[in-house]
Amino acid sequence: MILLYSEGKSVFTFALPALLIRAWTCRNFSVNNNDAKHFLSRKVKSYVSPTSTYTTETKFKNKKQSYWKSVVGLEIHAQITSTSKLFSQAGTEFGVPVNANVSFFDAAIPGTLPMLNRRCVEAGVLTALALSCRVNPVSFFDRKHYFYSDLPAGYQITQHRVPLAQEGVLEFHVFTPGSHHKPYSKKSCIKQLQLEQDSGKSLHDEEACRSLVDLNRAGIPLMELVFEPDLEDGEEAAALVKELMLILQRLGTCSCKMEEGALRVDANVSVHHEGEPLGVRTEVKNIGSVRAVGHAIQYEIHRQVKDYRYMPEPNLPPLRVLLNDQPAVPNTYRDHINVQCLRRKLPELPSETRAKLTNKYGISPESAAILVNENVLLQHFYDIMEEKKSRDPKLSTNILIMELLTILNKKKLSLEASPFPSHTLGEIVDLLQSEKINLVTARKILQEIISGNSMSPSEVVEKYEWTQITNPSEIEKVCTAVIEQNPKLVEQFCSGKTKVFNSLVGKAAKITENRANMATVVQVLTAKLRKIQNP
Amino acid sequence: MSGNVRSLLDGIPVAVKDNYCTRNIETTCSSRMLESFKPPYNATVVQKLQDAGAVLLGKCNMDEFAMGSGTVDSIHGPTKNIWQSGEKYTLLRNVGERATSVEQVQGCNSTHGSKMVYQELHHLSSHSNKEGSSSPSEEGDWFIAGGSSGGSAVAVASGAVFAALGSDTGGSTRNPAAYCGVVGLKPSYGLLSRHGLIPLVNSMDVPGILTRTVDDAATLLNILAGHDLLDSTTVQDSFIPLDLSQDIDISRIRIGIPKEYNCPGMSDEVMETWSGVADILERAGAEVVQVSMPHTPSSIACYSVLNQCEVASNMARYDGIEFGLRTAENRSTEELYASTRSQGFNETVRGRILAGNYFLLQRNYPHYFLQALKVRRLIAQDFTHAWSSGIDVLLTPTTLTDAPRYSQFISRDNREQCASQDYCTQPANMAGCPAVTLPIKLSKQGLPLSLQLMGQSYREDVLLAVAKWIETAVDFPRLQLET
Repeated sequence: MILLYSEGKSVFTFALPALLIRAWTCRNFSVNNNDAKHFLSRKVKSYVSPTSTYTTETKFKNKKQSYWKSVVGLEIHAQITSTSKLFSQAGTEFGVPVNANVSFFDAAIPGTLPMLNRRCVEAGVLTALALSCRVNPVSFFDRKHYFYSDLPAGYQITQHRVPLAQEGVLEFHVFTPGSHHKPYSKKSCIKQLQLEQDSGKSLHDEEACRSLVDLNRAGIPLMELVFEPDLEDGEEAAALVKELMLILQRLGTCSCKMEEGALRVDANVSVHHEGEPLGVRTEVKNIGSVRAVGHAIQYEIHRQVKDYRYMPEPNLPPLRVLLNDQPAVPNTYRDHINVQCLRRKLPELPSETRAKLTNKYGISPESAAILVNENVLLQHFYDIMEEKKSRDPKLSTNILIMELLTILNKKKLSLEASPFPSHTLGEIVDLLQSEKINLVTARKILQEIISGNSMSPSEVVEKYEWTQITNPSEIEKVCTAVIEQNPKLVEQFCSGKTKVFNSLVGKAAKITENRANMATVVQVLTAKLRKIQNP
Repeated sequence: MSGNVRSLLDGIPVAVKDNYCTRNIETTCSSRMLESFKPPYNATVVQKLQDAGAVLLGKCNMDEFAMGSGTVDSIHGPTKNIWQSGEKYTLLRNVGERATSVEQVQGCNSTHGSKMVYQELHHLSSHSNKEGSSSPSEEGDWFIAGGSSGGSAVAVASGAVFAALGSDTGGSTRNPAAYCGVVGLKPSYGLLSRHGLIPLVNSMDVPGILTRTVDDAATLLNILAGHDLLDSTTVQDSFIPLDLSQDIDISRIRIGIPKEYNCPGMSDEVMETWSGVADILERAGAEVVQVSMPHTPSSIACYSVLNQCEVASNMARYDGIEFGLRTAENRSTEELYASTRSQGFNETVRGRILAGNYFLLQRNYPHYFLQALKVRRLIAQDFTHAWSSGIDVLLTPTTLTDAPRYSQFISRDNREQCASQDYCTQPANMAGCPAVTLPIKLSKQGLPLSLQLMGQSYREDVLLAVAKWIETAVDFPRLQLET
């Protein structure tokens, strides 16, 4: 088994849903494996990285009827999108051959010195601003010492004393479709944002009794975001990470591709009885060999004996940024990063987009959240509304969220592989809005197109004569026919079994091949039945 | 090759200390750890020398990883001082341009190509047996060259090269320069690039320049100084090359004599040399005043702590993985590290690593490292107070005595030696200010006695101008090996 380490710090690093699946506590009931499985069966998009093999479980002691409280604090490492590394000019592309992106400095060749990458500082500042952090006008770099084969210099350059930014906040909605919880808004405070180097990767080859070191990742720029332990469960943690990913992708400061290791989430989880002090018992699972036991224990020792012998990095001067626009900028500030200037470059943030959707278009907050979460959906929405301003936004949203996603899921297609361009979807909206078709027909049209029919929706409707029946007299006829053809059901209804009404409606749908306007059918049928009951 | 002269250094032989990375040429730092290490790049200052046309004759011996003040702790063996070594040499005096009441001859520095006139010749062959001492050619009883840039100093003193690079962290350029009777310049911190200089203490290291004359030192400085993108600690202001062609008006100079530099263990000869030069300056019209730099005695302890902490950090990269020595240990990575490091480092290096790691522990950090930083600031403030009271340069001894005999030197351990030898030199590293040592006269043993000048940061112009004036006034004899 191949074991991949991240840097020796706090809790093991793993992809977030692994946390959800295995170390999870609901607020009010004790946990057993069945709940975990139940959770698994819900539709949660998997972020599990194929290479993470360590998992940490928090074991719950079996006390009777006790009220458990859990506390979760996240530490997130995000690789900054930049052409070169934080302190050297080596490249940062993913997937290059082993040890291809390594400069002399990255390999800790003696005599080499760090050179700070300006783009990384800008990315850090932009992210800090988007998270409402206070950017420090002066921050420092420090050395964090520990010995490990993926750390050539024997220390990592990080920001320990005074980080780039502090005291921010991330607001997000906790809303999982399908869950019985009501969606709610949650805030998590950000303790600090700091710049630091990523470590390399080491592989331990048990058979050949050797370790292999790849330094491509050594020195890659990271933003570490340390959140306060103010989350309560895995759902909140997942929602936080999702929102953060949206923000970082909009800023362009991190690709957030977890499968490439661009975003890594550590969770510090603590469980306790309410009123009692916090306690943590962590277990390391999935150790696959004797040698690995040694490594794992060594790693755990490092993790717990955390004296990193921090020392200021003497080869880097203090990092100064300009907080305010200087009216007359003297020469010495010429090279400084201007925070105000960056603030003006901030793009629209997801929360702003959601607000715009609800305020301008009047759609529900839940729908707005779903649209913002999927950029492709959002783009469809904008295209549809832009093409024809008179289109009903709520209807458009429903088509996107309810119908489009459903049919793509059925066909196991991703949004990116969807065969429906915006104008096609827009046409369907128009047909529905003008009541030319009903919802069932709309689904049939989507099915047609996804099966390969290249006609436009209107053409399909015309060809198969799927126009909606809205003519009141026609509907009258249908309802009359239904009543006549189903005397038993009518009798049951009149004797109080109101549930059979749905069956009657269903019969009407069948007769009209699903083309009748159901609302009208219901109206007319109701009226007729009432007449029968009260002649 | 094109027939154009690249600079004053074109074709001039130079040498550099073995802690400067030279592409594809062994750079050992006199340590087993880097015994076969061939760097893939040139240090910036080495590259500048090459671009100027200088010819690199070789790498110079040093104390292992620059830890030491004698150039005795080296895998290549110790370096002997050329003075009183048993090698035959003559002593030449060349006199300054202006005729004085004693000498009448005009002459200039050799690199400026003017004529030189011999005034006196001394033949010094094997040193005659003094009572109680053995002849210098006997093993173990020669005079040390000083350290840690001893090799560079001897290379210049013996005439093998015209200039050499050393490094100076606590006096490692000035100390051997003083013992070997050559000019040793420690430039202001941040003036020369440290890219490619394998570090001892990043916050104090500077490349050092060793030459025969002050003019040569200025020539080297002009070629080597300037901002380097590869070294973020170099100053960004553009460097204005020095011009020492105009004689300085010494009567406009205020010289400070810090009383605290008169420390226990200082020989009478050194004291006399010190007061002698102060008198010469005063007679020539300079204002010579006593000043106080009260934190000087704390400097050694403070320096030790900061030095050892940085050493512990800087040496962490020597793990046998990416470069350098790797022992045959294959039981585990940890075993490999331990084995490589204990075999690759000498006792001094290992001792400093252990001490440094102790000081950097979280519980100890405020009491040692932080405290030392505060004391360092006080030491630096001693200097700024001197400058703001109108002092142009400070005049002090460089070392406490002339060069010690090897047997005497090794009777105390490395740590003890550094503690006393570095007394006068390392405050300048704490403050970052430039300092230069120049030979004044010969001691009773026929060894050089030198003095040190320290100046304001980035004012090498004043510093070297005063140094040149003194150099002319004292006319220290130049050693020429008999071939």
